[in-house]
Amino acid sequence: MTIAPERPITPQARPAGGSLVEQFEFGLDAPICLTWELTYACNLECAHCLSSSGRRDPRELSTEQCKAVIDELQRMQIFYVNIGGGEPTIRPDFWELVEYAVDHQVGVKFSTNGFRITPERAEFLASTDYVDVQISLDGATAEVNDRVRGAGSYDTALKALANLRDAGFSDAKISVVCTRENIGQLDDFKAIADEYGATLRLTRLRPSGRGADVWDELHPTPAQQRELYDWLMAHGDNVLTGDSFFHLAAYGESLPGLNLCGAGRVVCLIDPVGDVYACPFAIHDQFLAGNLLGEGGFQEVWQSSDLFTELRSPQTGGACTKCQFFDACRGGCMAAKFFTGLPLDGPDPECVQGYGETALAGDRLVPPASKDHSRSQASRNAPVLLNLGATRRRPVSACNEDPLAGGDLS
Amino acid sequence: MSDRMLEEPWTLSPSVALRPEPFGALAYHFGNRKLTFLKRPELVEVVRLLEQHPRLSGALEAAGIPPDQHEAYAAALRALAETDMIRPRHQEAV
Ligand code: SF4
Ligand code: SF4
Repeated sequence: MTIAPERPITPQARPAGGSLVEQFEFGLDAPICLTWELTYACNLECAHCLSSSGRRDPRELSTEQCKAVIDELQRMQIFYVNIGGGEPTIRPDFWELVEYAVDHQVGVKFSTNGFRITPERAEFLASTDYVDVQISLDGATAEVNDRVRGAGSYDTALKALANLRDAGFSDAKISVVCTRENIGQLDDFKAIADEYGATLRLTRLRPSGRGADVWDELHPTPAQQRELYDWLMAHGDNVLTGDSFFHLAAYGESLPGLNLCGAGRVVCLIDPVGDVYACPFAIHDQFLAGNLLGEGGFQEVWQSSDLFTELRSPQTGGACTKCQFFDACRGGCMAAKFFTGLPLDGPDPECVQGYGETALAGDRLVPPASKDHSRSQASRNAPVLLNLGATRRRPVSACNEDPLAGGDLS
Repeated sequence: MSDRMLEEPWTLSPSVALRPEPFGALAYHFGNRKLTFLKRPELVEVVRLLEQHPRLSGALEAAGIPPDQHEAYAAALRALAETDMIRPRHQEAV
């Protein structure tokens, strides 16, 4: 089944010269933004988890298999990798793998909720080059954060940041998923980052994984999107965004960054069992390019899989190409469209011209989740929102394709 | 007035790795973690040749860059020097 937005019938040849974006549309020999989720196991169960993490997958790559992957990344000259999960530090071999990567010229940035960043670990991290740490925090107050991430998670994150600062680790990252509940706290997040000598990183809430269950409630309102855009225009120089918000470029000025959907072109995800997806926000059979345990390894999946080949051409059709902001916005995020059941060549669900709202109000079929590692029973500290989301979805079995199944009937 | 840089010896920074790409190359600096894209194969060639020549202009000639473009290349290389992708060769020991 074809998933990519409309492409030219005869494949276009890569242009000589031209802008980087034009080049990136045709893909690279190796990704520049590779995320590797080491495990689906997690001590938390955030309501909006993009990878629906919770339980370890028994087929998880072994230590030896992970090292072989690192060897291949080194051969392909992939100079750094974003490690995540799940909670990656849960793996008993986590620190061993980080050291192995760094010793093989693959720098590491890892994302954690912070619960294993003890003073001793912080010392170790402060003593190594090439390892970057990113602590997740989704509220500038415990109240806002814990509602999404679970009781106690705010304190855990701040403790980790304090341990890092006290050990002399400079420039940790604080990663915030921007939601309806925390957009009003942007200045407070910045203040926290300054207090801990950290850099703030803001990313977009996408309806991926369990995020699909809470997206309606949590995604920023149009007025908040404007607020976020204005805030980024004013403070953007010292704040990272992972190129999350290029759909906001249609407000006028482009934000710094690539401004294109890099999925399968410059971005991809390796999941804990070695499956390769087009993007960390697209863990779904539709965006699965292959598995790196196959004969050709990761390189073959990246360079020759059908899915990635298909994604590597400029979009030529669809409603967005007629929009005056298309050059900057490019129709927004493929994953956000897919998981809200919108056509991939149409506007983003959060299109700042308002076309997304119209599209969301029309006929659409939200795809059922195809991967879920959530715990079957929520734990005592589970976030309030997780239970709300789960209740809404519980009566629907995972394979129910009825368009009305799981729809909001209220 | 010709750019003084053209007369100087330059080299690729020892912390930088070049990864060939269809459009040129990607340069990664392991020290400051900066990623830079060299969008023309000719520029990649120049950068690779730097250390073999006592003067930048020699590397440009060896890469087949026409003399009337040398100034423009010097400007592009100066930008690369700002993030330590390339550096003057007398700093090598630092
Ligand atoms: S699918 Fe969305 S999150 Fe993924 S690369 Fe494209 S724009 Fe970014
Ligand atoms: S119509 Fe499409 S290209 Fe235009 S602003 Fe909306 S999402 Fe972006």
